[in-house]
This record gives sequence, C-alpha cells and structure tokens, in this order.
Amino acid sequence: MLNHFRVLCMLSCFVPCTAWSAWEVNMTTGVTDTSVAVYDLHMLVFYICVVISVIVFGVMFWSIFHHRKSKGAQSHPFYESTFIEVLWTLVPMIILIAIAVPATSTLVDSYDYSESDIDIQVTGYQWKWRYKYLTEDVDFFSVLTTPDEEIYNKQVKNPNYLLEVDKPLVVPINKKIRFLFTSNDVIHAWWVPALALKKDAIPGFINESWTRINTPGIYRGQCAELCGRNHGFMPIVIKAVTEPEYIEWLAEQEMQKTQLESASQKEWTLAELMTQGETVYKKNCAACHQPTGLGIPPTFPALKGSSIALGPIEKHFDIVFNGQSGTSMAAFGEQLSAVDLAAVITYERNAWGNNAGDKLLPADVAEMSGANK
Amino acid sequence: MNTNIVEGEQAHSHGPAKGIGRWLFATNHKDIGTMYLIFSLIMLFVGGAMAFIIRAELFQPGLQLIEPEFFNQMITMHGLIMVFGAVMPAFVGLANWMIPLMIGAPDMALPRLNNLSFWILPFAFLMMLSTLFMEGGGPNFGWTFYAPLSTTYAPPSVTFFIFTVHMMGLSSIMGAINVVVTILNMRAPGMTIMKMPMFCWTWLITAFLLIAVMPVLGGVVTMMLMDIHFGTSFFDAGGGGDPVLFQHVFWFFGHPEVYIMILPSFGVVSEVIPTFARKKLFGYHSMVYAIVAIAVLSFVVWAHHMFTVGMPLAGELFFMYTTMLIAVPTGVKIFNWISTMFKGSMTFEAPMLFALAFVILFTVGGLSGIMLSLASVDFVYHDTYFVVAHFHYVLVPGAIFGIYAAVYYWLPKWSGRMYDESIAKLHFWFSFIGLNLTFFPMHFVGLAGMPRRIPDYPLQFADFNMMISGGAFIFGMSQLIFVYVLFKTMRSGEKAQHLPWEGARGLEWTVATPAPYHTFATPPKVED
Repeated sequence: MLNHFRVLCMLSCFVPCTAWSAWEVNMTTGVTDTSVAVYDLHMLVFYICVVISVIVFGVMFWSIFHHRKSKGAQSHPFYESTFIEVLWTLVPMIILIAIAVPATSTLVDSYDYSESDIDIQVTGYQWKWRYKYLTEDVDFFSVLTTPDEEIYNKQVKNPNYLLEVDKPLVVPINKKIRFLFTSNDVIHAWWVPALALKKDAIPGFINESWTRINTPGIYRGQCAELCGRNHGFMPIVIKAVTEPEYIEWLAEQEMQKTQLESASQKEWTLAELMTQGETVYKKNCAACHQPTGLGIPPTFPALKGSSIALGPIEKHFDIVFNGQSGTSMAAFGEQLSAVDLAAVITYERNAWGNNAGDKLLPADVAEMSGANK
Repeated sequence: MNTNIVEGEQAHSHGPAKGIGRWLFATNHKDIGTMYLIFSLIMLFVGGAMAFIIRAELFQPGLQLIEPEFFNQMITMHGLIMVFGAVMPAFVGLANWMIPLMIGAPDMALPRLNNLSFWILPFAFLMMLSTLFMEGGGPNFGWTFYAPLSTTYAPPSVTFFIFTVHMMGLSSIMGAINVVVTILNMRAPGMTIMKMPMFCWTWLITAFLLIAVMPVLGGVVTMMLMDIHFGTSFFDAGGGGDPVLFQHVFWFFGHPEVYIMILPSFGVVSEVIPTFARKKLFGYHSMVYAIVAIAVLSFVVWAHHMFTVGMPLAGELFFMYTTMLIAVPTGVKIFNWISTMFKGSMTFEAPMLFALAFVILFTVGGLSGIMLSLASVDFVYHDTYFVVAHFHYVLVPGAIFGIYAAVYYWLPKWSGRMYDESIAKLHFWFSFIGLNLTFFPMHFVGLAGMPRRIPDYPLQFADFNMMISGGAFIFGMSQLIFVYVLFKTMRSGEKAQHLPWEGARGLEWTVATPAPYHTFATPPKVED
C-alpha cells in the first residue's frame, strides 16, 4: 500500500524524487484498531481523489493538447447541456455518500468512552504535560529533556531530538484507556500520531477520548495547538508495556514517593539546595525567565537582581507557590514537591549574582504552604 | 452588445486633479482601484518577507536565526497581512476597476465612501506593523488568535491589534456595501442580473458575505477587548465563559471569509477561460447557482475547523456532512471550466496560464479539502502541515493566481500598453514550480506528523523542510519578475490594441484604450 502511495506521489507531484525510502510521505498505520481504521479511510479517500484527478485532469489536458488554436482547432458551440450538468452533480453526490458511510462508523466508534479499564487525566501546562492516574495514586509532570545546547546547535542532535521527556506516560497494552483532557492555562492539544488521537486540552473544560494499544513500544507526539513561546517544545512520550511490567512500574512509583517524603525531612545544606535548585529551575522556569535569569521583559521579568528574589522570602514563596494571576506565571505549589520548591527558591535567591544569602528548607515549605493556602 | 469606442472621449468633462490631491481625495473608481492594487502588492511583499523569515528559520532543525517569540509574531503577521492586506484589497481593487466597466456604469455608486474605505487601510496596517516594535512584541497568537492565548496571555500590543481589526472590518464593510449598491442599481439598460458577467456575480455574492460576517469579526474582537480591559469573562471559564465560544464566533466569520478570498478569483477565471478558449462559458446559469450554493453552505460548515475541540457526536456529524456537500457546487464549477476548454480553440497567453494553473492547483486543494472534511481522519490531519498545505493550495494558486490572471488580462485596457509576454510567462513558470516545491511537500511532512506553527522540528522532517524553504525562496523571488513586468509595461510597453484578446467579450472592451478617466457617462445599451 505504502509503495503504491509513493509511486502515485511521484506521478502526481512535481518534486524531484531521490531516496524516497528516507523521506516519510504518509500517515502511520499506528498501533490501535482506531488508527488502522483511520489509516484505511485516509487511503480510501486518497485513492478516490487520485481517480477523480486522473479523470478531470485527463479531460483537461486532452483539451489543452487537441483543442488548441495552433493545431487549427475551431471553437464548437458546446455548452448548456442539462444532461451533463445533472450527471456531474449526481455522480459526486454518490461518491460522497460512499465516503460518508465508513467515515461515520469510524467517528461513532471513537466516541464510545464506556467501560474503560484505566482513566488518566491529562492536563496541559505552558509548556509541559501532567498525567494523573485517577484509579492509582500516581501524578507527575512530563517535561522535554532535549538540552538547550542541541536546540541552539552547539551539540549534535540526538535521534529523538524534541521528542524526549523525563518521565513518559506508561500504560499497559490491550486495555481500554480513557483520557480526560484539560488545561491549566491556554488551549493545548494532545496528539500522538500512532494512536490517531488528537484532542484539545481546554482550560476549565474536560474533553474525553480513549485508546487501546495493541503493540508494546514507545510512541511519540507533540502539542498541536499554538500555546505560546514553547509550543514546539512540549512533546508527548507514551511507553506501552505489558500488564506485569505496568504493575511493576506502579510499585516503583509508590517507592519513589516514600523516598521523596524522607528527603523532605532531612536537613539540606545551601550547596545541596543550589544543585537541586538549578535542575528544577532549568526544567520549570528557564523557558520564560531564561537560564541566565534575565527573562524576556516585559512579558517574562528578570529574576536577576529582582526585588522579589532579593526581598522578603515570604513574598517570593507566595509568587512561586500561588502564581501571579493575569500573567503567565503559573502556581507551582501544586506542580513541585516541597524539596523542589525549597531548592528552586533558594537557587533563585542565590544564583546569577543574587545575594539574598538565605535558604528555604523543605520543612519550611510545608509550614508556609499551610499558612499560604 | 453594441460597440461605441468614441463614447469614452466624449464624456470627459474634466480630467484627473493635479498632484497628490488626485490620490488623497480620489473619488474616481479607476484611481481608487489602482491605489488598492498597489497597496496590496506592497503588502504581498511585506507578508512575503515574513514568510521568508519563517522559512529561513525552518530551513534546518534547531533555532538559528530567531527566537520562538519572534517566530510566533511572524506567523501571526504573515497570516493577517496576506489575508487582510494582500488578497482582500487586491480583490476590492479589481472590483473598483472592473465592476463599473463591466456593467456600463460611470463610477461606483458611493465614491466618497470608496475613498474612505481605501484610506483607512494604510493607517490600519501601519498601526498593525508598529506593534512589532512595541514592548512585548506584536501579536503572537496566530492569525486565528484563539482565546485565552490572545486575551489573558497576550502581549500588551493586543489592544492595538483589536483596533486594527476594527479598522479593516470597517473598510471591508464599506467597500462591500459600495459593490452591492453599484451592481444592484447601476447596471446599463438591458443588462439583466442573469446577463451580468461572472466576475460581477462572484463579487456580488462576496459582498453579501462580507456584510454578513465582518460584523461578527468585529464582535469577537470586541469581546476580547472587554475580557482584557473591562473585567468580563466571555472566554474565561473561571468567570463562567468558554474559550471554545471564541472559536465558534471566530470561525462563523472565518469560514465565509475563506470564500470571500476565493469567489472573486472564480469570477476572474470564468472570464479568462472563455476568452482564451474562444468559446462561451459552458453553463452560465449553473455557475451562478453554484456560487450561491457555496455562499449559503459557507455559513453552516464553520466547526470543521474545530473537530478536535470536543464537540458532541451529532455536531461532528453535522459539520462533516455539510462540509462534504460543498464539494458538489465546487465540482460543478471545476467541471464547467474544463468543459469550456473542451472543443474550444485555445491559446496560452499569461492570463490563461495562470487561470489553468488555478484550475489544476485549486482542484488539488479542493481534493485535500474532502480528505480534511472527514472528522475521524481530521483528528490526525488537524493542526499539521497537511492543513497548511491544503489552505495554501487554495489560497496561493487560488486567490493569488486568480489576481495575477486578472491583472495580466486587463492590464492592456487599464494602461493602454501591452506587457512583455515572454517575461510574464517566465513569471508564471517560476511561480508555478516554486509554489509546488513549497507547498506539495507540506502534505508529506504533515501526514508524517509535523504540527504547524512550530519554530523547530524533530529530525525526520528535516529533508522536506529544506526543500520547502528552497521552493519558498524560488516562489518569493519570482514575484519580483512581476514587478519588473509592471515597470517595463508602464515605461516601454508596446501600445495595446483596442481589443488585445481575440476572444474577449464584454462592455469593458468597448471603451477606448487606455480606459479614459471617465467612462460610460451615458449608459450603453445592452442587447444580445
């Protein structure tokens, strides 16, 4: 099928064709029953379009070659034929109805959200995804890991350039997974081509969709709705695994949680907080406030030398924790752990020549967040 | 139709005013038409320069030239300028020049309104371009400016953007009213509405669409303004509003807008093909009915731009079926053009080449439109380069090639001079090749999974993107040939014959060459 498609593309386009094998030209068949149905529908309509163009352009080019004045062609009074006009109204109607039948059934099928095995809430943030397993105690953010050095061409780009994240969404195969989409700020769209699934994540509203993955593997996608500066830098990575592997992964998540809790009890040094803070900052803050802390004023203010980063720590904490309404500054209280909040605030107060000199401990965070809520 | 060449000369009671006043206080439809056309040509190059910046950044993966904020401003401005600054004013310019000449009227019905509707535009666009130099940059939310990215999260310059949209809307509405009034009241005796040239028919329908939907655009930007400055929550769920409401209102404007940008081209092609095929349009009546059908359908298909927003199943099905239905009247038009060529006696001057390329490439765009209409497959196509390819295939060879066909077709009558045919053909072939190199591979990267509006992309799209950027460079540069053709025609073009095209019919060819400042002071009598 794919080879046919390429041949047709070569015939129908005006592109010089070399080494087609390296140049992907068609939709993926994907790894779900829905994606296969969508692919088949796509190919069906594509072939119908090819046949129509061959006929239509055939007549046109035949006229161009034979009915030209330079060949001595005379103009014939060939016009206003009711029969032909009725024909070319009815035939397209019939073709359209023939397409509408499979198109309707595929669509109806994709709207069947009932009887899901796993429910996952997907929330879009500028510019990352949050996955919350509604039936499990698992809730995490998934952030791009491609380093700036690769984006700014200082390093060779790896094969998964812009399609890699720190924590992929892990799901079992052969289970009906229902997704609930929403957003924390602007509209995003969650798209994984291999699942033929794209849905808008809209702030204040919840959208539904579902999938059932047939083959284990890693599937990658991207945000599809313009959502601001880093719209091109918030990929989606799904790891589809077998059921036992999935259960193992869930247990692992549980263990990490306990580890995190004990970490928040320990007494952190300034150096430790700074190291951790830099990692957290790069992942969560640098997109707007820039790795240099200089920001992109006026939309994204500088942190270097800012009155907030150098002022009272309570105010600084308040903005990071609760966000700043009316601006792009999100509320990180719900996004970051106590350790990460403490580390990143400490980092902002002491990096790039900022010299507040104080530090925030994870234990303080618990206290302040209580007071702040 | 009668032919009265001297009639034009008799009519000049006064000529054009001297100096700049001729243009500032212009009320003559030909002067205003010329200003519209020149304005849109300038805007075409401004918007094209932005496309160059976009394609230069996308030449290779990685961020090389510009930052993502500026990239977002470029895609936004490119879209706004091409739609509102290049294509729409060019059509209004053609309408100004040609409608009075084609229906045998001395001028547009409302000449002072005509002046106002043109002179708003340069100021609107200066203001819009000035936002690029403001703190926080210009609009960066795409030409579709979806809330809340364009409200809560927008740069401060969004207020200027809203004001600009209001100005453009006013200009379009005034222009459209003028067209409707002119066509309905000022046709020469004997020219019944079903004898009117196709170009006038398409513009009449376009004008009604404009009057119907430009106020909706005004409404939606006013709602944005209220949300931003006056504490309302039309598009903010936190206050009981709905971001999707924005999209419904926007696309209720946006879809008819798409046809506003293509219908006058349909009209041009329906004039050009019969001329160069030396044969009457195959089915005049069915062509008229098809335009009306397309215009009516354009009001009930808007949500096909929003298949992924989470509409109920019934909504998806309704908009899928109505969208598919548009293929029928559009097909009628394409079949009509081809049957007009069939058994004709064709020659291939520049206007005909552009018209033929229009038919072929618009059909390619129309066929990918049928693919896009299927909601379940659109879940994959939506917001990818496949969509970018689709709408550029209908807009660039559709709207812009239609405009080029019109300019080459009527330029001898406007200027009294003949353009250089071989350089015009060069312009055509470079444009044709550049255009296809640019937009055809976009289908492939879109199907392979490249989202639109991204400043950087994964590596598997690199090869095609390089080709696309190369094609864009060829296409952009070849438009300079057009400017050269224009200058050459004005400076040293051969004197045009009274009837430059053997097969041309219509009242516009009955006036002297070049068309005198005032034409049809006494209405011609249309028999036939």
